[in-house]
Amino acid sequence: MPFFTSRGCILSDPTHDLVCSDLMKDFDGFRAVDHVSFEVPKGSFFSILGPSGCGKTTLLRMIAGFQSPTTGDLLIKGKSMIGVPPNKRPVSMVFQHLALFPTMSIGDNVGFGLRQRGVARADIARRVDEVLDRVGLPGVSTRRIDQLSGGQKQRVAIARCMILEPDVLLLDEPLGALDLKLREHMKVELKSLQAAFDTTFVYITHDQSEALVMSDNIAVMNQGRFEQVGAPHEVYHNPQTAFVAGFVGDANKIDAKVSAVNGTRLTLTSSAGTEMKVEETGSSLMVGQAVQVFLRPEAIELSKSKDGIEDELNVSRCTVNAVLFNGSNSSVMVRDKAGSLFSVALPQTGSLADLREGDEVFTCWRPQKARCYPAPEV
Amino acid sequence: MRSDASKLGFYLLLAPIVLWLLVLIILPHVGLFIVSISEKIGPRIYETGFGNYATFFGEPLYWRTFARTAIMSILATALTLILGFPIAYYIAKLTRGRTKTTLFLMCMIPFWVSELVRTFGWMILLRETGVISTTLQIIGVISGPIELLYNDAAIMVGLVYTSILFMVVPLVTTLDSLDDSLIEAGYDLGGTTTSILREIVIPHAMPGIVSGCIVVFMLSLGNYLTPILLGGKDSLWFTGMIYNQFITRFNWELGSALGFLLLALSSAIVFLGLKLSKQSLSNTMGRA
Repeated sequence: MPFFTSRGCILSDPTHDLVCSDLMKDFDGFRAVDHVSFEVPKGSFFSILGPSGCGKTTLLRMIAGFQSPTTGDLLIKGKSMIGVPPNKRPVSMVFQHLALFPTMSIGDNVGFGLRQRGVARADIARRVDEVLDRVGLPGVSTRRIDQLSGGQKQRVAIARCMILEPDVLLLDEPLGALDLKLREHMKVELKSLQAAFDTTFVYITHDQSEALVMSDNIAVMNQGRFEQVGAPHEVYHNPQTAFVAGFVGDANKIDAKVSAVNGTRLTLTSSAGTEMKVEETGSSLMVGQAVQVFLRPEAIELSKSKDGIEDELNVSRCTVNAVLFNGSNSSVMVRDKAGSLFSVALPQTGSLADLREGDEVFTCWRPQKARCYPAPEV
Repeated sequence: MRSDASKLGFYLLLAPIVLWLLVLIILPHVGLFIVSISEKIGPRIYETGFGNYATFFGEPLYWRTFARTAIMSILATALTLILGFPIAYYIAKLTRGRTKTTLFLMCMIPFWVSELVRTFGWMILLRETGVISTTLQIIGVISGPIELLYNDAAIMVGLVYTSILFMVVPLVTTLDSLDDSLIEAGYDLGGTTTSILREIVIPHAMPGIVSGCIVVFMLSLGNYLTPILLGGKDSLWFTGMIYNQFITRFNWELGSALGFLLLALSSAIVFLGLKLSKQSLSNTMGRA
């Protein structure tokens, strides 16, 4: 820990609202969070993305103060939060099922935090109306919680936290319980609320599209560790590990072996025997090494004839196995000569809309588009 | 044809409850009321009138016992709630799985024995030559034996002990349904343990609290065995007084009047309690 002389005496950057350094949490015999370090700049939207059971909820609960880290330090606005109880921390949390108090009216729910601080009654009423106005729900403060729709409850839960003007707002998969249409809508709304309040949001989710749409920065978490931290496009286009490549976005995974290395150009042979060219800079792969290749469905182009395709590309003749129509996300499953299945995005121009099962097509992709990682040792 | 059959089925299913209400509740009460408004003016000569009720109000011993029973029952209910709430909270919120079942069973086990035996257990503990008195003498806290039985405190101990289960069970049920994240949200928003208890836990548990209180209050008010055994002959409990009229004095007319007054009293206090706690009977009893 280079930054710290002792706990509480820090030289941290004041522009970071939240700093976690070497955070670790052990439950008897099981490590839920493993040496996690990250910084969240002031006013940004930070997402922690990972499959269920990866430790993201534990991490969030440690930031909120419901669990204490086994080792490591946690700083909010430069102050160590170790040993500070949740009701004394300058963070608020939007719970997974929102945890609105059903025995109180909406106004009492939103005003709960201010009442705990001993703010004058008239002042509370004014600020409750103000914050409800800001989340777009004016004049609902006398209503009951069960008179609201899912999206409105969401906004009340955020208003209840934002009225306290926290340094960091934690959100624990709050969109999980909503239906698809509303979820899409709330993604945009959450992002604009974050901009309007200009507060640091830390958002955890297992839904990659939520993370990609809303975040300034994403941390991809797996088995208690951060695999990669970066901007959404970076995480999507330049995944640093095989896990990130497989988890964020769709990808075709191909098991292969390196058969030749020529500078940055690798020649690989898949386990089914197909040869392909991959461009990989800065890797230390060697001939004979087992690798995993990840190829996005939209990186593969389809054409009905072989004419006009450059030699440079990886081309193979395939048959259509299934057409999966899903509006703008339509794709086809194709099977190559060696029998492996690939998912390929259908072009949205509609040029191949007449594709049917059993048709013959050519697939081609640029060597630069694939990502290649050493296969995990089994 | 088919609808006739289903109608018959409906009435057959309805019959037990109607019979129960009619034969065991309405008829005895009508009988009791008729007896209570008959004044005995000579051997086998009766006249209708409210003389028996007038006797009650005219005799201070009767209405003072009446008031004393009501106040002691309310006190016993309050004590049971104060003792039962932490127990219920611990069982419902702080334990899981096996421990929870075990603790719940441990609350239940004393109730497998009859109330009489349980009360005798307390007598063994509290009497002059009992366990507590003897132990205190052996360790030298007191020089001579002390009598812990036959006072109001002993009655209170007995009442709380016999009814605590009926407070704990509805409280555990309602507290179990309180989502832990509500408590966490309370802490997260800056609440203290007291304010969370006052603003989140108690409002949520209110139906359980009220239904537990109603049951415990009714049990205490109508208890006969515990006040007589632990409070002695002069325990001055209203049910004891009714017993005396019916069995010892053979004055069924006054006994019935007293019985009716007890019914009116319990109904009035339960009604008041519901109004004060802003709960409805169907809400509390339906949920617990």
